[in-house]
Formats: sequence, C-alpha cells, structure tokens
Amino acid sequence: MKAASTNYISDLRLKPNMGEVIEMMASAPAAETTQAKFECRNVEVFYSGKRALHGINMDVPDSGVTALIGPSGCGKSTFLRVFNRMNDTIPNARVAGQILMDRQDIYGKDIDPVLLRARVGMVFQKPNPFPKSIYDNVAYGPRIHGLAPRKSDLDTIVEKSLMRAGLWDEVKDRLKEAGTSLSGGQQQRLVIARAIAVSPEVILMDEPASALDPIATAKLEELIDELKEKYCILIVTHSMAQAARVSQKTAFFHLGDLVEYDDTQTIFTNPKDQRTQDYITGRTG
Amino acid sequence: MSAMAKTSIHQTDLARKRLARRKAKEKRFRYAGVTAVVIAMVMLGWLVVSLVGTGYTAFFQHYLTITVTLDENILDPNGARDADQLRKANYRKIIQQALYARFPEVTYRRSKRALFQIISASGATNHVRKMVYQDPNLVGRELTIVVPVSDDVDQFLKGYIDRKAPEELRRVSDQQIAWVDQLVTSGELVRKFNWRFFTAADSRDPELAGIAGAVVGSIMALGVAFFLSVPIGVGAAVYLEEFAPKNRLTDFIEININNLAAVPSIVFGLLGLAVFLNFFGLPRSAPLVGGMVLGLMTLPTIIIATRSALRAVSPSIIDGALSLGASHTQAVFHHKVPLAASGILTGSIIGMAQALGETAPLLMIGMVAFVTEIPTNIMEPASALPVQIFLWSDSAERAWAERTSAAIIVLLIVLISMNAIAIFLRSRLERRW
Repeated sequence: MKAASTNYISDLRLKPNMGEVIEMMASAPAAETTQAKFECRNVEVFYSGKRALHGINMDVPDSGVTALIGPSGCGKSTFLRVFNRMNDTIPNARVAGQILMDRQDIYGKDIDPVLLRARVGMVFQKPNPFPKSIYDNVAYGPRIHGLAPRKSDLDTIVEKSLMRAGLWDEVKDRLKEAGTSLSGGQQQRLVIARAIAVSPEVILMDEPASALDPIATAKLEELIDELKEKYCILIVTHSMAQAARVSQKTAFFHLGDLVEYDDTQTIFTNPKDQRTQDYITGRTG
Repeated sequence: MSAMAKTSIHQTDLARKRLARRKAKEKRFRYAGVTAVVIAMVMLGWLVVSLVGTGYTAFFQHYLTITVTLDENILDPNGARDADQLRKANYRKIIQQALYARFPEVTYRRSKRALFQIISASGATNHVRKMVYQDPNLVGRELTIVVPVSDDVDQFLKGYIDRKAPEELRRVSDQQIAWVDQLVTSGELVRKFNWRFFTAADSRDPELAGIAGAVVGSIMALGVAFFLSVPIGVGAAVYLEEFAPKNRLTDFIEININNLAAVPSIVFGLLGLAVFLNFFGLPRSAPLVGGMVLGLMTLPTIIIATRSALRAVSPSIIDGALSLGASHTQAVFHHKVPLAASGILTGSIIGMAQALGETAPLLMIGMVAFVTEIPTNIMEPASALPVQIFLWSDSAERAWAERTSAAIIVLLIVLISMNAIAIFLRSRLERRW
C-alpha cells in the first residue's frame, strides 16, 4: 500500500512532467552566490584502470544543497565518494586530479582520511545504523574522536544531534533500544544524527531517500532543508523532483562526464545541453 | 484460423501433458529426498538403540554388603599401628575370612577359591585398606562394607550369562550361581547406580573401571587446545581477512590453510611426536602435548570459520563507521569482530567438538596409555575419552563391551551438548543485534 494520496511528485518512482517542476521551482529559494567549499580540478576516478569519471571541474558552494543527478552508472555516486575519500576503501580504485576543500588538497600528504571523514559526513542509500542502541549509534562518533570527555557532554551531544535530525521527540524515551528497531525513515534520520554528532562541515548524501516511502521522504527533505542552514550538503538523487525541491545547485552527470552544472532553477527551466533536457523531460534515463 | 488463435499454447492437451511431466519430476525429487532422510534417520536410530541397548547396563553395578572382621593378628601382628605395615598387610585374607564366615559350609579349597571369585578382589581389598589406613583405630573391630561383585557375577545378574547354558561354557559355575542366588534373596547383593563409572579412572578390572581419568584428560587437553587455537586462530583470521595485503604470499597462505583443514588428523599426531616429544622433549601421554596437537588440528577450522563470519558482516556497517571518521582498525574491532562473534564462537565450539572426538593424533603422542590415576595437572600421563573407548573396545571380557558403549554414550552426550551450546549461543547473540 502506498501512503494514501500524497502529491505524486513526492513519489520517487514517478517522474514529474516539466510543467510541475517549473511550478515547484517558483517556490524554491534562489541560489546565493557564496565562496566555494570544494574546488574540483580535473577529477578522474579509475576502477581497476577503467576510467569512471572524466576530468570533472566543479565548484561546490559552502552553503546550501548541491544535487548530483543523472542516469544510473553515470558516476554521480563515485563522484560523491571522492569528497570524503571513501573511494580509498575500495580496492583497485584510484583518484586523480585535485579536490580542494577550503583551498586545501584533501588528497594531499598531510591530510588524514580519518579526520577528513570527521569533517565530511556521509549518509548512505540504505539506512545503516549500527546494531547497537540508538544512544550508542549517535555517541559512537564523538566517542572515537574523544569529543565528549564527560558522560554529561556525551548526553548533550546525543540529544542535540537527535533534535537537529528531528528524531528526538520520537526516540527520547527509548534511547536504549536498538537503532535497527526503528522504521526506515527514522533509521535514515538516526544516521544523519550520527553524522551530525561529530560536527561535520559537509554532509554527503547518496540517494538518502531511495529506500523510503513518500511520507518518510517528505520528512527527510524537510530535514535537509533545515540542515542546509548549518552544513554544506551534497546529495545524489535519482529523483529530479527531489533535486528540484531541495537543492540550489544541480549538476547533471552522464556517462562519467559532468554535462551541465548550474543553479537548480536554470537546469530545470532552461538547460543548455540537449542531453540535460532529454533527461529532465524524461526522454532518456 | 481465428478459432486457433483464441487457444493459447498453454491450454492445449500437450501443455497439460508437459505440466504433468514437470510435476511428476518434482514429486520424484521430493520422494528421493524423503527416502534419503528416512534412511539416515533409521541408521542413526539403529546406532543409538544399539549403543543404549548394550551400554545402559554399565550405569548399574551389583554390590555385596558384607561384614569383615579386621583381625589384629592378620593386619598388625606386632600392634605398632605402623602406617607402612598397615598398607602392606594382607587384606585379601580379611575379605576371604569374611566370605568363608558368611558361607561356613564351604570347606574345599577349590570351592573357597570359587567363593572368593564372586566379589571384586582388588575392589574389596583396596576399599578396606584405604579405610584402615585412614583410621588405624578400626583394627580389631568389625566393619560392614559394600563392595562391587566381580564382573562375571555382575554380567550374570544383568542377564548376559545364561544360567541354562552348560556349566563348562559359562564363566560362572553352578556353585557360584547358588551362592549369588542366596545373597540376592537375602538382600545382601543389590543393584545400585554405578557412580564409580564416573568417579574412577581406568582399571584392569571392569567392575572397578571408570571414565573419570579419561574425562579429566580430555578436559585438560581440550582446555590447552582452546587456549592455543582460539586466540591464534581468531587473530590470524582477522589479520588475514582485514589487514594483510592481498598478494601471492597471502594467497599461498590461504590455500595452505584450506589444505591443512583437510589433512588427516593422524598427520598432526606425527607432527606432535616429531616436534613436541622428540625435539622439545615434552613428556609422553601428557594432556599438554595432546592439547597442543589438537589445537594445531583445530586451527584451520577456526581460521576458516572466523574468516567466513567476518565476510558475512554487511559492508554497509563498516562504511558507516568509516564515514564517521573511524579508522580501519576501529571499524574492524568496534563493529566487524563483534558482529562476527557469534559465527566465530560457533566455529570454535564445533572445532573443539571435533577435537574432543579425535583419537588418531593422541595415539601418536602416547595418550593411549593405561592410566589408573586421575591426572591432576597437564604434565601427568593421561588418557582421553575417545582413546579410552578405543582401549576398552579392544578388551575381551563381556563387561568391557557395556562399558565401551556407556563411554560412547557419554562422549556423544558431551558432543551433542557442545553443538547445542553453539546453536544456542548463535541464536542468542544474533537476537541481540
């Protein structure tokens, strides 16, 4: 059973037609021009010598939500994992080019991926809470980084993180219960709280709503909208409607190329490239 | 043509035939499966019934209650109550006199010998010797003791010796049967639970033999094997699976670990003989060496089980930990190893159960010895339960047969319990997550 009669735009499985997207864009906040959080210079990723990304050049603004869209296998998830060096954990993966975070090369010799990942949090496609209590899930990050010397500090961090992730009211009476006992949407917000707890600057989201039902998706999008005030957010999504709703900048990837990157409004209303237009109108992809 | 077009090819008679054939095939497969299961169950049932059938009588033993007079003239002629004298004294005579007193009509020497044969000679003398040695004041008094009857009488009373068989074909004579019948009627000879079977070590006399020595030896060897193979095995598996570089050398090591798991256990016994006994000069028959050999044998099993348990942990959990800034080591030890714990534990327990049932490597390092003392530390000579079974199965007297079966029953119960614990722990630990 689908959740009853929600606006079908929020149903990820359906592609909206252009008219509705444009209508929606009218209410979307305009992108602000700010300085770049990330500067990508000629970024390439190889899997076992095969090139998956072809020289991406792109600046990610330090506030707001940047969406990465494109058909399956276009390299958008691969690109996302460049920012917190998660590609390092894949055997035979190699990253070339330069990614500057606040003007510092994150692949430089003096950067430890462990600390980088504390600054750049990540939320995955499938909610992956640890098979531990809700409290321990959120407390794990602060614990390993030694952020909370006292138990009361840890309690504060957990509470604040859960509040910021919009989950506190739902779980405050059962912090000892397993994180895996929550519903899919709650799990995904728990994972966000877990990421927030280590005070990152950036949150990467890899199709965070693809396993959620429309109502949970709506809640998650609301949360992303709030979080963008404090964090730089990069989101990979299959749903163009979602990209249109939550992001200020959108990058369209196709076959390992960055085809077009612009303000979300421009991408959805006035795409310059034919491939972008074909994709967002549902003719390809 | 148009009528044809309306009938789908799945609605024709041919299609029905094809379906029937498909269903028959599936049915045949199911029957084959059921047959296999039934055959296996029958075999297993047969084994259990025959084991329990021959073995359960070993859990009972017939005992004779008899009053002995601790004659000072026999035990301590000079009255010094010297410990050495009391130990060396002729207790056999005490028992003999007690029996002759019970049956005063027996006067012939041959009859007297036959009478003495109905009780366990060494069982009774050792019992009295121990009591007197502990309390020298008993000398000169009368003492009522309960001693096991001889294995032949015990077997006769358990119905394994046919009283109607010709006398020369029986190990119990007509005269002995008459005495035994008399003692049973008077209530002096009764059947009791055979505690001795669980508390005594091996003995030359079946009525006195027990499995305690072998069980203690097995526990010690298993303990050594556990403390040797589980830490090393789990450590090696975690390192190989998570930290070792993937290259030719680690591939080679992996192949060899898999090969080791298939090496016949007697080869590990030879290794123990060559390395631990001959090179390092460790004592023969010691549970320490047995445990080390069994530990080596279990190592590949534990490594393989641990690695597959680690591999079964969802990579998304590790991604989650890494994305929070956990180092690889932290991700492994905070998340992967705890999540694999149930699998590791199950693998270890099953490996230990295998080691418990292993006989061949222990033969090579001398744990096949005849040991009448319960070992008190891992350097003392000891036997092990499966080896004890092997030894007993080789003995001729009828009484050994039931004890062999009884020891097998005990071994099987222990093995089944270990596997049950493994299953219980697995389900228990998995539910926690």
